[in-house]
Amino acid sequence: MSEPVTIVLLLPQVLGTYGDAGNAAVLATRLRWRGIPGHVLTVGWTDAVPSGGDVYVLGGGEDAAQVLACERLRDSIGLRRALDRGAPVLAVCAGLQILGTAFTTGDGTRVAGLGALDVETRPGGGPRRIGDVVAEPLLPGLDGLLEGFENHGGITELGADAAPLARLRDPARGPVGAGNGTGDRSEGAVSDRGRGNVVGTYLHGPVLARNPALADLLLTRAVGELPPLTVPDGIPAATAERLRATRRPGGELRTGAELRTGARRRAGA
Amino acid sequence: MISEGATGLPVRARIAAATARLVGAIARRAGRHGSVIGGRVATVLDRRMLARLAAGRTVVLVTGTNGKTTTTSMIARVLGGAACGVATNHLGANMPDGITTALLDGLSSRPASGAASVAVMEVDESYLGEVAAATDPHVIVLLNFSRDQLDRVGEVRTVARRVGEAVAAHPAARVVAFADDVLCAGAGMAAESTVWVSSPSRWTGDAGVCPRCDGAVTRAGVQWACMSCGLARPDGDWTLVEDADPATVTGPGGTTTALDLSLPGHANRLDAVFALAVGAELGVDPAVAAARLRGLEQVGGRYRTVTRPGGSTRLLLAKNPAGWAQVLDLLEEGPPRPVVVAVNSREADGRDVSWLWDVEFERLAGHPLVAAGERAADLSVRLAYAGLGHRLAVDAVTATRDTLGEVDLIGNYTAFHDAARALT
Repeated sequence: MSEPVTIVLLLPQVLGTYGDAGNAAVLATRLRWRGIPGHVLTVGWTDAVPSGGDVYVLGGGEDAAQVLACERLRDSIGLRRALDRGAPVLAVCAGLQILGTAFTTGDGTRVAGLGALDVETRPGGGPRRIGDVVAEPLLPGLDGLLEGFENHGGITELGADAAPLARLRDPARGPVGAGNGTGDRSEGAVSDRGRGNVVGTYLHGPVLARNPALADLLLTRAVGELPPLTVPDGIPAATAERLRATRRPGGELRTGAELRTGARRRAGA
Repeated sequence: MISEGATGLPVRARIAAATARLVGAIARRAGRHGSVIGGRVATVLDRRMLARLAAGRTVVLVTGTNGKTTTTSMIARVLGGAACGVATNHLGANMPDGITTALLDGLSSRPASGAASVAVMEVDESYLGEVAAATDPHVIVLLNFSRDQLDRVGEVRTVARRVGEAVAAHPAARVVAFADDVLCAGAGMAAESTVWVSSPSRWTGDAGVCPRCDGAVTRAGVQWACMSCGLARPDGDWTLVEDADPATVTGPGGTTTALDLSLPGHANRLDAVFALAVGAELGVDPAVAAARLRGLEQVGGRYRTVTRPGGSTRLLLAKNPAGWAQVLDLLEEGPPRPVVVAVNSREADGRDVSWLWDVEFERLAGHPLVAAGERAADLSVRLAYAGLGHRLAVDAVTATRDTLGEVDLIGNYTAFHDAARALT
């Protein structure tokens, strides 16, 4: 491939509250670790959104920032064209809500979204949904568990054209989080009844750093089958194992929480 | 026992104060900090305790995301320290109970002559309104506002807006605020009169949305302005000038003061500018203030260097992206030492470690690195994506002992305090 793969990071100054810009860095780096030239193109407030990007990434943001970003992106012809041609998109938290058909802010204002995902978000009332999330992915090509940290007030209802990204793990096995907040254990949304390329989630972490298999799935949608990944020298073996997203023989991927539990046990805590 | 003359407190409050100090002393003897319990007991016995203890004192409140403890320590020093009856919460307990405890501790140091005594208190940004209502401050210092422990504290814009409301509720207070931080300036403008401290800000996150009208804020060089309502960076009254060594501070009327600190780095120099500005408000000449700051070598263990066989360990605290940006600046001022980074995610740290991705760890290239702490696995992933080779260690302090020469140990809140305790 001669042209470098372009990961488009949208408006990180207003949509990047929870380290979500890291998702773009993870995508570009995982390409480079495979010998594929990849770079992050950051779209600032006064920049035009390119229509020819390979993957688009939106992060989380606070309420006022979300409304501002939504109005800005709704007017973007470049993003509209990218969505129309089915470019892969990862949208986290506020990004997920912006890509939906509409969201209602804390003060009751209903704001039209970009309509790339058939979801609508309303204020949840009560305390924000804050904490670790563990979920079983529903997308073909993804196995193991999805994990991340959620922090949102809104409840997101899926319409007929969207399918959940994941189902929260059985709560009997420990705290799993709230996901979309609808009480049906759904987490996130994928366009075109789950077959589309727009993926929304409430998971921070950033989500692609904690779930490399999801990063590779998005990259596969963008550039086709991926060559094997070579982790650079000097990285601890346990970390390299996580980064390769390979499975233990006969077992599931170890989650970060399991690795941490192991570390605490060794520390005698 | 406290005599009535020395305290001026009513009987009920005196009993509350005496009981609280006894409990605090017992807690300390039992090996606890005792930095909160006394105040909690006193407040249970007398709800208005904080207001009673603050009455008659000249109160300076210091708030913001980063630099509270250091700036409070500097201001207390500029104003003469404990010898001059300055009460301060030097243990960093910055919620109402901790502030009450510090004022209880200050009762014995209060000049009996009835001369106005000073209290310099750092205040958690979420509690400024409550503490200001009780203490009627003469000066309120607003350092900066940036993302920190979003799972616990909430949206930083909301925090900054509430600080602005607290400022507006105390029109008699002189506000000293940072002009280069958009949210901080927004809160500072809520004051009747504001003294502006200025220096190009190294952290420009959380500054994309106008605190007044929710419009988009853009930057040109060091200037920032809202594209919708025109809110813009105020001119500094006190400006840090760092293009020469030592750095200087330009004050009102163009006065220049050399700043020759023992503490390293831009962040400490900026905190010192706040201390000079507050000192000037309370009658301390900037040159005298700067001289008093020169001898300050550590603040609650921060920047302290501990010698060990084969080398030494310097302790640094960085608990959020803006704090990390300051520490990275500091590290660039010296040769690339080995660095041990320790990250925990306990209640006091915030459970979410996503913020690691807002830290430009790429700037640590060239430093031998160790990832430690309870979230070492997440940190290790972050360092790997930054292209940085490193080791994993279970224990940060042990990792420093395995390293020869001068090492920097950088921890977030509980990781730093655990290391500081282990090293002493």
